[in-house]
Amino acid sequence: MDYHKLRVAKNRLMQFLVYLALFSAIVPLLSILSEVIRRGFSTINFDFFIKPTPTVGEVGGGVANAVQGTLITIGLASLIGVPIGLMSGIFLSEYGELKLSVAVRFLHDVLSGIPSIVIGVFAYALITRSIGFSVTAAAFALAMIMIPIVARTTEEALKLVPMSIREAAIALGIPRWKTTITVVLSAAKKAIVTGILLSIARIAGESAPVLVSMGFWRWWFAGLDRPTANLALNVFIFAMSPFENWIALAWGSALVLILLVLGISVTARVFTRERY
Amino acid sequence: MAAKFEIQGLNAWFGSKHVLKNINIKIEEKAVTAIIGPSGCGKTTFVRCLNRMHEITPGARVSGKVLFNGIDIYSNGVDPVMVRRKIGMVFQKPNPFPMMSIYDNVAAGLKLNGVRDRKILDAAVRRSLELANLWDEVKDDLNKSGASLSGGQQQRLCIARALAVEPEVLLMDEPCSALDPIATAKIESLIRKLAEDYTVVIVTHNMQQAARVSDYTTFLYLGELIEYGPTKQIFENPKQELTERYLTGEFG
Repeated sequence: MDYHKLRVAKNRLMQFLVYLALFSAIVPLLSILSEVIRRGFSTINFDFFIKPTPTVGEVGGGVANAVQGTLITIGLASLIGVPIGLMSGIFLSEYGELKLSVAVRFLHDVLSGIPSIVIGVFAYALITRSIGFSVTAAAFALAMIMIPIVARTTEEALKLVPMSIREAAIALGIPRWKTTITVVLSAAKKAIVTGILLSIARIAGESAPVLVSMGFWRWWFAGLDRPTANLALNVFIFAMSPFENWIALAWGSALVLILLVLGISVTARVFTRERY
Repeated sequence: MAAKFEIQGLNAWFGSKHVLKNINIKIEEKAVTAIIGPSGCGKTTFVRCLNRMHEITPGARVSGKVLFNGIDIYSNGVDPVMVRRKIGMVFQKPNPFPMMSIYDNVAAGLKLNGVRDRKILDAAVRRSLELANLWDEVKDDLNKSGASLSGGQQQRLCIARALAVEPEVLLMDEPCSALDPIATAKIESLIRKLAEDYTVVIVTHNMQQAARVSDYTTFLYLGELIEYGPTKQIFENPKQELTERYLTGEFG
């Protein structure tokens, strides 16, 4: 009987500890979310979504230009980063036994460990100094952050595809490269898309490399050789401003940024839903 | 009867491990040849050498000649991809393509080799599934996932998939080892039917299965060919003492 009680007590204790851990992991997340929603929601109105950044002393204003700029920047970064990351990932998984792959894998690890501000400075030196503060430079910096993430998740996803599936395709007389891009990629599609999304979510919130390579811009998109407005930089710049309405805009921008990232994930989840 | 394969001095290695030693054998056309032998004797490696699947394993090597319709498939001008289109393969564990429907699984070989015409694909899918004795069971569910089928059905789906590209030979690597007796019986009767039009080589660790389905039997032991002949003769009157000891269950 006593032994039974002890067992129940130990079970209770462990359960308590597990719930405590869960709780302490969730509390920061929920409090950030609730605070951003509470503060951000009150700034959100129709103008907020259609008007660009206000100037000093101007009442109202919105983040429309920052949403536009952020989408252009991450779109451009994905255009550079996703194909390169995807192809490196395929190379690492399908030709992983080569000496070159070991080197590439190591370089990806190094690249993903480089602080984003350093990548920003690199983009500044390489691109900003020749064509000026521009969305191209920012997209380049963000692409550098994306590549190792996409490559690594693609490699891991492809490695999970059983060898028997590859052999089945090869035994049908399908060339190796075709096997890879059709059968193997489609089997790993979901995990790869998830990896790409994670990398997009990661760069959507990057501020340091964007600030260094592109700078702050309060107008609409004006060309690839010019900067664009940016949600993450809105948060950074407005939060430090002395004006009430700008600080409110910072909260609003933070909320929109979170919703944007959430929206991207949900949309892609719907598109990659398992058909069977 | 003509020989479909004529294998001369075939050796195979994994790295430094010599797994097939100087195999010489002829495989008859439109007949079932069974490869038997204890685990690790090189049965699977042997069939994988017949359609150049052995070499896709890193570190794997082959020497010797495999004449297929009189042409050495290991000679310089031969494209392994073309070899595999003529010599289909069914694996130990059913391996339908995930994320593909039953229809797409069967059509995969044709589609990925550039066949787009829906009529040709439809006809090929139906013909292959009928040949594999699966059509009646799945004809209303062609858009369902291949993975939704039972193990035995999946294996017949894999056979249909291999048949869809119209090979001349079907290599089967222990196709029933993951299946129950009823599914096994279905595959065995299917193998007999296929032998009317195809050359079938089946690896099996089940001697009774070899006796039931094959016309010729090859006994491999430790990478060497011990005995080869008509199944009846091998089982009733083996010439080698080792074959007899294996068949009577002295070792396995």
